[in-house]
Amino acid sequence: MTMLQFEIQLIAATTAIACSLVGVFLVLRRIAMASDAISHTVVLGIVIAFFLVRDLNSPLLIISAAATGVVTFVFVELLTKTELVKEDAAIGLVFPALFSIAVILISRYATGVHLDIDSVLLGELAFAPFSRFSLFGVDIGPNALVVMSIITVINLVFIILLYKELKLSTFDAGLAATLGFMPGILHYALISLVSITAVGAFEAVGSILVVALMIGPPATAYLLTDRLPTMLGLSAILGVVSAVSGYWVAHLLDSSIAGSMATMVGVLFLVTFLFAPNRGVIALIRRRKRQKWDFAKKMLVIHLLNHEGKPDYAYESRVDHMHEEMSWKPEFARQVVNRAVNSKWIDRKNGRVDLTEKGRQIAHQTMES
Amino acid sequence: MAENDYALEVNDLTVAYEHEPVLWDIDLDVPSGVIMAIVGPNGAGKTTLIKAILGLIEPAAGQVLIFDQPYNEQRHLVGYVPQRRSVDWDFPTTVEDVVMMGLYGQLGWIKRPTRHHRAITHEALEKVGIVNLADRQISQLSGGQQQRVFLARALVQDAQVYFMDEPFQGVDATTERAIVTLLQELRQQGKTIIVVHHDLQTVTEYFDWVTLLNVRKIASGPVEWTFTAENLRETYGGRVSFLKSQPEMMQPGQEQ
Repeated sequence: MTMLQFEIQLIAATTAIACSLVGVFLVLRRIAMASDAISHTVVLGIVIAFFLVRDLNSPLLIISAAATGVVTFVFVELLTKTELVKEDAAIGLVFPALFSIAVILISRYATGVHLDIDSVLLGELAFAPFSRFSLFGVDIGPNALVVMSIITVINLVFIILLYKELKLSTFDAGLAATLGFMPGILHYALISLVSITAVGAFEAVGSILVVALMIGPPATAYLLTDRLPTMLGLSAILGVVSAVSGYWVAHLLDSSIAGSMATMVGVLFLVTFLFAPNRGVIALIRRRKRQKWDFAKKMLVIHLLNHEGKPDYAYESRVDHMHEEMSWKPEFARQVVNRAVNSKWIDRKNGRVDLTEKGRQIAHQTMES
Repeated sequence: MAENDYALEVNDLTVAYEHEPVLWDIDLDVPSGVIMAIVGPNGAGKTTLIKAILGLIEPAAGQVLIFDQPYNEQRHLVGYVPQRRSVDWDFPTTVEDVVMMGLYGQLGWIKRPTRHHRAITHEALEKVGIVNLADRQISQLSGGQQQRVFLARALVQDAQVYFMDEPFQGVDATTERAIVTLLQELRQQGKTIIVVHHDLQTVTEYFDWVTLLNVRKIASGPVEWTFTAENLRETYGGRVSFLKSQPEMMQPGQEQ
């Protein structure tokens, strides 16, 4: 692995951590699409700041971009408050409006400058290490790495310091407000961080990957854990894994780095979606099946219990009649009987079944609950 | 009754959403140490009233006093139990953690809960009978257990005035009894509890004060004087014709 390759992966991994940390709260607040909106509208902030200072490396660009992210959500909130538009529709209205203003401004006034639409959407990770950051003449590392490291630290400090406040206002904004924690201000602080992260990241990795990294790893982690701290850690790890593995996929296939990384985010999600131990699709299907058999077995023992000691018991407990009694398909009835025998809920003798002590207990318990 | 005996005073509170007035000129005086029900038909503005009192909705006009001082200065004396369905129960957290959120107000910004706060939390969980569920993920709780979690969270707040939005909604009979016992215990400690309530049949049994509400205040006072057939008819617009003989008529259904 060359130094160049290493640096590309390091930039991507740092970006992934920064994005997935704030992304966790977007996912939990059910405003995941905010990342899409913001990663586009921040371009307007960059364009406006660029026209003011004519320097693509000015920190004013980041501040102005963060401000546009906040403005986006002020507009969304105002639109939603009229009660004429729902929040998701409001996002869908505001973000293309602001983004298209940015596109028009760039195409009309900024042609020739490194501010073309392609690089906004896809970024160019392969070239990121060539733009270096030096301090007092000493090369520190790629510009993008320095920027993303700073943003990651800001995000980390914000989340660690205000962890309790963020958790409370995300879970129960009403209580947060009555306890004096100003959930509105926290919301905009989070939106500002998402904006700053999007600005820093999109130059290196493009806005598509920004969205993928903000939403994919948290959504995946959500399926794997039910603790918020674990979800945060896991999101960061999954983000890094997607970034690094995506890089090597791109290397192998000689394709777009950002595209491959976003694909790996999707692959990790899909694998988890299918195979997650408790919340995966397969676990879910298995659980439903088990519940189906369990329920059928319980119906059977309750049926037997109801007829126990009654004159029709000898008839009602015959195995070859069970499907008629329960109006089940014969094959299904046979399987239920077999499974109940295996669980020692019933005994089979001479073509008839009898409740065991365990079966009787379960029948009672089921009816009581 | 001297003025400063009121736990809650609401003066001329009006709430409007863009087009429609939701609450008109509400005046309330609630003495301290009572359990008060707020009852009224769907859309009467019961939830809106407590949200406006708590500043979660901006009123168009009006004033809220807690023990004679503006609400904003007395916020630490107030506990809030929102409707169970108002939060996402799939949120990745535990029962203990949710209950501990009630202590965040005392903790203030940035500070973290300590062992001391965990002890308080466990005490509250014990009081509502779910200390065995402390480490349980909240998505695995039944409706009654969820309500107990919210009550434990209110208990740790150690407030003087509690606002509860339909704590009996969708809970089992055992939980309902447990909640009533708890409310009575709180009253014995001198706390004031204001409850949005639906089931008219239990009003006389559970509450000693009642406010009848339908966009405006119909009546407010001790249950025995206020909870009359006439006031109910005025509140529900004749749909409650007789109090004891037609219980099915007295369930105005569920809000929202």
